[in-house]
Amino acid sequence: MPPKNFELLPKAGAEGDFLEVAMGPQHPSTHGVFRMDVVLDGERVVKLKPVFGYLHRNHEKIAENTTYLGSMPYTDRLDYFCSMTNNWAYALSIEKLAGLAVPERAEYIRVITGELTRLLNHSCLIGFLLQDMGALGTPVMYAFREREKILDLFESLSGSRMMCNYMRFGGCRCDLPAGWIEEAKQVADNFPRFLDEFEKLLCENEILMARTQGVGVLPKELAINAGVTGPMLRASGVNYDIRKVDKYGIYDRFQFRVPLGDHGDTYDRFMIRVLEMHESAKILQQALKDIPSGPIIDPKAKLRGFRPKAGEAYGRIEAPKGELGFYVISDGSPNPYRYRVRPPSLINLTILEDMCLGNMVADVVVILGSVDIVLGEVDR
Amino acid sequence: MLGEGIIKGMVETAKNFVGSYVDDERLTTVQYPEERIPPKEAARNFPFLVFDGDDPMAGLRCVACLICEKECPPQCIYIVKDTAKKPDHTGKMQFQPKVFDIDISVCMSCQICVEVCPFEAIKMDTEFELSNTDRFGGLLFDKHKLAKSNEHYRKIHPTEAAEVDARLAAEKAKAEAKAKADAEAKTKAVAAKSAPAPLTA
Amino acid sequence: MEALEQIKSRVEAAVSGAKLEIIRNDSPSGQHSLLLDNAHALAVAKFLRDDAELRLDYCANATGVDWPEAELTEKIRVKKIVDGVEKEVEEVKKTLRPGYLEAVYHLYSMEKKHGPVILRFRTENRTDKNHLPSLTPAWRSAEFQEREIFDLYGIVFDGHPDLRRILMWDEFKDFPMRKDYVEPDDYEYEPTPHDEVLEKVKQHQAEEVKA
Repeated sequence: MPPKNFELLPKAGAEGDFLEVAMGPQHPSTHGVFRMDVVLDGERVVKLKPVFGYLHRNHEKIAENTTYLGSMPYTDRLDYFCSMTNNWAYALSIEKLAGLAVPERAEYIRVITGELTRLLNHSCLIGFLLQDMGALGTPVMYAFREREKILDLFESLSGSRMMCNYMRFGGCRCDLPAGWIEEAKQVADNFPRFLDEFEKLLCENEILMARTQGVGVLPKELAINAGVTGPMLRASGVNYDIRKVDKYGIYDRFQFRVPLGDHGDTYDRFMIRVLEMHESAKILQQALKDIPSGPIIDPKAKLRGFRPKAGEAYGRIEAPKGELGFYVISDGSPNPYRYRVRPPSLINLTILEDMCLGNMVADVVVILGSVDIVLGEVDR
Repeated sequence: MLGEGIIKGMVETAKNFVGSYVDDERLTTVQYPEERIPPKEAARNFPFLVFDGDDPMAGLRCVACLICEKECPPQCIYIVKDTAKKPDHTGKMQFQPKVFDIDISVCMSCQICVEVCPFEAIKMDTEFELSNTDRFGGLLFDKHKLAKSNEHYRKIHPTEAAEVDARLAAEKAKAEAKAKADAEAKTKAVAAKSAPAPLTA
Repeated sequence: MEALEQIKSRVEAAVSGAKLEIIRNDSPSGQHSLLLDNAHALAVAKFLRDDAELRLDYCANATGVDWPEAELTEKIRVKKIVDGVEKEVEEVKKTLRPGYLEAVYHLYSMEKKHGPVILRFRTENRTDKNHLPSLTPAWRSAEFQEREIFDLYGIVFDGHPDLRRILMWDEFKDFPMRKDYVEPDDYEYEPTPHDEVLEKVKQHQAEEVKA
């Protein structure tokens, strides 16, 4: 019953006009175990098919066999750079499903950790992108230096640096430790300084501009139709930020702008992330100033024996990589009947081929880097 | 001018390079294992079992209720409940785990066992240098290896431990008060019984 | 955004022959969905995408759900004459729900910034009549997600440009997300410290030796 085997490659001419290259799965520029079957005509890409699933562990099946709470630590491992936003998206959909309210303070903590996650994701992504381009070391090390400060904050808050497992349905697990807000303020205040340094280092660099401007253009219509979300979509000039559209949590209280690109090329995707970091730092400063005291979890929320009523809910947030959604169907038992992750990285990969066609093979690496994928999330 | 951006970038890297000699902010690496960053108080790694008193096995707070085994997402806890109650360190009769194993190679340090435990019996350790040459047995911790004293807990998580201690003390005081009240009520009832029944019409 | 009832009546007016049904969702999220008939699914999808009022140009999420054959029990109150007196008696009514596979789509609009409208459609059964029309011609974003549904649930999408396995390897048989999927003894070829796995393997080996 499986369909006919897909003919991946165009038939090479009698003289062997085309060259097939399997980039990956063990290739430093593919950000994990990811393969691209590329067909080349000289150095130009004629066809490109992404192949993945090497890291597939059927997260959804595991979640359907554990309790609602038991999936929370697994969501950390989806996009392992952004465990806080993964927690948030999952908690949000379960709150929709079970009708839980989140206390003020917990909402503020969520915004703060979410924006810190955005800062660390974007700064690291830029580091990796530059590394793919051949700037070995310097940008990625500068980004990691800043990331370290944020990870320290996460560690003193949740106990773990990357696998935070911090949020719960209806709030957060524990309150902020003493002195945390001051430390976070310091990080948020110093971040723009680092960004300036980063911008001086990179944004006007002629090599970077030559390698990225006009490369991998993603037109607006295609971006919308292909469901591309996050910074990639906004780099193509579509004003769609779920923080503004859904106003989930308490995002309507903060002043921030949504940067938009107008060419949709790799350079725009790079710059959008730099600009978004500036906005995130602004949100952080506002949130850290206004955070109220109070409870951090809805008293109705149950830790053990949590059984929402039968029904379904789709909740989504603006994760650093795009729209991260969780679709959960409950049948009234302690396990979800259906648990689905809408991974932004996977769906942003849909148009990888369209962006790469006609470009040089060396640009494929740069274009993939600007898509910003994490294989833990693509494969789940 | 072509190359201006590159020169600007070079200036930045030069600043960082020179700065690393004078500025702590720019020199961020630590020479592990000679130098260590002090651990964060909330840091967590793998679970351990808390015991009170001197004897690790008798003083285990764990009563083998199997909640953590059931809730553990990767199913790395394995408990066999003892068949008979045994006296704990205060002499109170308690159920205790006959076997309590945690497969550290499977554990993902999520802390859910700690959260669901109603007896404050399992807590997160900060020990991380656990490398072992035995892939199969070496990382399977039994209850002897897992048992650590309450003092150890106080040392690694002082704030949290103080709260837990206070809560346990309060509960104990409450239970004692209740027991006392019950005993008094009992003696009263006995006294009332022994007294001649009031005459009723 | 207009109400679901209104969308339903407008779709039925615009696409001749289309029959829609509103599936209620009683959870606090209140996200009700539209059940489409398979024959007109693509036409309805294109209408929803292009309609000037709705402009649902963005298909956020597409996923499968497996509903195996199940016996549903329902408690109903029936009026019955017991010993000549009419009484209300509680009866358990059992209905057999045939098994089917379901595809669910969450649609939003990037232009009008509203949503979600949830579409779902169902296969006739779980074995041979498992074909559904693909919505990839309407939304490119469904391409990988439909491949994933095919891979994990075994719904065959007619009209999909490139329907191959996506997460599992090509030689893999069976569909792992179905509720009746049986796991292999062990996913790795080397022994692991899990006794349970080794025991399962031993049992199977013993059965093979017997046979």
